[in-house]
Amino acid sequence: MEITSQQFKAVSSSKLKDAKLQKALKQAKGGFVVSRAKVVKELDNFEEIRQAASDVRDHCLAHLDSYLEEWERRAQEAGTVVHWAESYEELNSIVVQIAQDNQVKKIIKSKSMVGEETGLNQYVEGHGIEVKETDLGEYIIQQAGEHPSHIIAPATHKSKDDVSELFAEKHKRPRLDDAEKLTHEAREILRPHFLDADMGITGANFMIAETGSTVIVTNEGNGRMTTTMPRVHVAISSIEKCLPTLDDFALMMRLLPRSATGQVISNYVSMTTGPKRAGDKDGPEKFHVIILDVGRTRVLGSELRDALRCIRCGACMNHCPVYQNVGGHAYGWVYPGPIGSVLTPAYNGIENAIDLPNAATMCNQCGVVCPVKIPLPDLMRKLREKQFEKKLKSNMEHWSLRLWAYLALRPKIYSIVTRVMARIGRILGGDSRRIRRMIIVGQDWTKNRDMPAPSGRTFRDIYLNKMNKR
Amino acid sequence: MRVGLFVTCLADVMRPSIGLATLELLKREGCEVIFPEGQTCCGQPAYNSGDRHTAQEFARKVISEFADVDYVVIPSGSCGGMVKTHYEELLNDSPEYRARAQWLAARTYELTDFLVNVLNVDSFDTTFQGSITYHDSCAGLRELGIKKQPRKLLDRLNHVEVKEMSGPEQCCGFGGAFSVKYGDISSRIVDLKCDDIEATEADAVVLGDLGCMMNIEGKLRRRGNHKTKVLHIAEVLTGLVGNETE
Repeated sequence: MEITSQQFKAVSSSKLKDAKLQKALKQAKGGFVVSRAKVVKELDNFEEIRQAASDVRDHCLAHLDSYLEEWERRAQEAGTVVHWAESYEELNSIVVQIAQDNQVKKIIKSKSMVGEETGLNQYVEGHGIEVKETDLGEYIIQQAGEHPSHIIAPATHKSKDDVSELFAEKHKRPRLDDAEKLTHEAREILRPHFLDADMGITGANFMIAETGSTVIVTNEGNGRMTTTMPRVHVAISSIEKCLPTLDDFALMMRLLPRSATGQVISNYVSMTTGPKRAGDKDGPEKFHVIILDVGRTRVLGSELRDALRCIRCGACMNHCPVYQNVGGHAYGWVYPGPIGSVLTPAYNGIENAIDLPNAATMCNQCGVVCPVKIPLPDLMRKLREKQFEKKLKSNMEHWSLRLWAYLALRPKIYSIVTRVMARIGRILGGDSRRIRRMIIVGQDWTKNRDMPAPSGRTFRDIYLNKMNKR
Repeated sequence: MRVGLFVTCLADVMRPSIGLATLELLKREGCEVIFPEGQTCCGQPAYNSGDRHTAQEFARKVISEFADVDYVVIPSGSCGGMVKTHYEELLNDSPEYRARAQWLAARTYELTDFLVNVLNVDSFDTTFQGSITYHDSCAGLRELGIKKQPRKLLDRLNHVEVKEMSGPEQCCGFGGAFSVKYGDISSRIVDLKCDDIEATEADAVVLGDLGCMMNIEGKLRRRGNHKTKVLHIAEVLTGLVGNETE
């Protein structure tokens, strides 16, 4: 997917003015945050589970090479064809090659964020092969020609009205206003595609080393139909999604649905281990898994490594005050919110997403809800340090900080300068004691807020004066 | 008990009453208060902008200034969090300063935490009366676990009623440089915070961090709300409020 993160500031400002989006975001926030809080409370050892999960993910990343090899061996034993892709282009071309080798004309697809990274649909369609997204949210945005704005709720930026309009136009049927009826309509439209597709593509939430399986965690039946109905199946995933054992997977499943949607368990948890075996009633004749690297090994050896623990629940964005107000599209790539603010620069180069690690209040709400304890604000700060080292900070930020540091490290001069500042500020505040318009450094503060004026004298002066009088 | 007062750069320049109120609270409890005159800033602006080297200079400066006290008290969760939870990591390339950072972290307290858990103060002489709602500032809450402490203190006041707002733990959108660099987003976040504050109809919103106070007060006033007071908890506990202390 093309990256547009450098437009974050402009896009986010326009998103704040988009009334429809604001309404949709508000609804989504309420749903996710409240339901998560409720199911987390039901467990008396949620924090212990988080720690255990974080440890398992760390262990797995520390021995990723051997677990991936183990996974590959088991998968091959079960008849899976395993491919490794070092670039987006490579993954896409492997998919097309498999499709061409099997005379595939139509593909049904269940949600995959790796597929979003590689721009898979566009690439495959460019080779004359039809791709149908079958997850309801993904189907909606495919119809609308958009990108997902959230990793588990791709169409969360759209209102029911938007969908009514879109379906009426695309399906050429009378407009429906009821969410259930709209879902039924999408299902009716999609059903024949499930029946005549030649190939199914899914993502994989996890790959389990001890069994050679891939797993998808979903709430819609489309995932299971996509893996079992077409004669060829391709699962796409990325190297860090490996887990050592089924027990580890069970541990993750205590956290993933709870953190993501506030469910105790998702509607479907599907494990696939190789193609259809003799005697199996259904399943694909051929089963391929393509595993992507692109940036992961580089991040594994960097200070940002903890980000690879991510199990893609979306809790960090759901709880982020910035995401809650600007939505996912403002972030300009596949992964929005705090984890996106780390992964986007980590995978695409920090110079291509300067704003993202800075556009955070460091409130650490993301860090405390993350089921695998990724210290997201610390990682964003590390990226800021990289920006500073590479001199990617704006001149304004650089020089105002230099000036401030110069003064604050020289207390004598500092005390004089602050004495003057406090007086001037007091005068500027006037009778209302607030400054309505600041220039240069604070202009974006006073655009929509006042700045309370300083009260006129510094604490240092008042205190020392008192001491001297004694 | 020798208590070092780290007043914070923001309170020093913008709202000295916070420092005066803190000083008063400590003195009333019989603390010998030390105010190192060379103190300026904890270094958080440099740290959060990625200038690690400058942040280290500030950390070493603060460590040296407060080398000779039993405790350090800071009327800010944000600066307290910086000293207590980040200095050690920041100075980890120097074993000497790393050890000194640990030493300082163990002695450093956010004001309400100090009043509740070290001094066990159970009554306050304050002129403040009215209803208040308490906003949990992020660093105090998530770095230092400041949640019950201020509420315990407010419960001990006779003429104060606490009305909890919806989402007191939701960030106000300040975020230091964030508030100026991403003014539009910051301003929207604080708008929502002001909705929650106003819904309580409390006379005052009280908190423990001046950055968040300036953000909330600036927004309330721009919205045309001149009624809801924005107070630091030290001001509430002493009655030494804002400009009245000049």
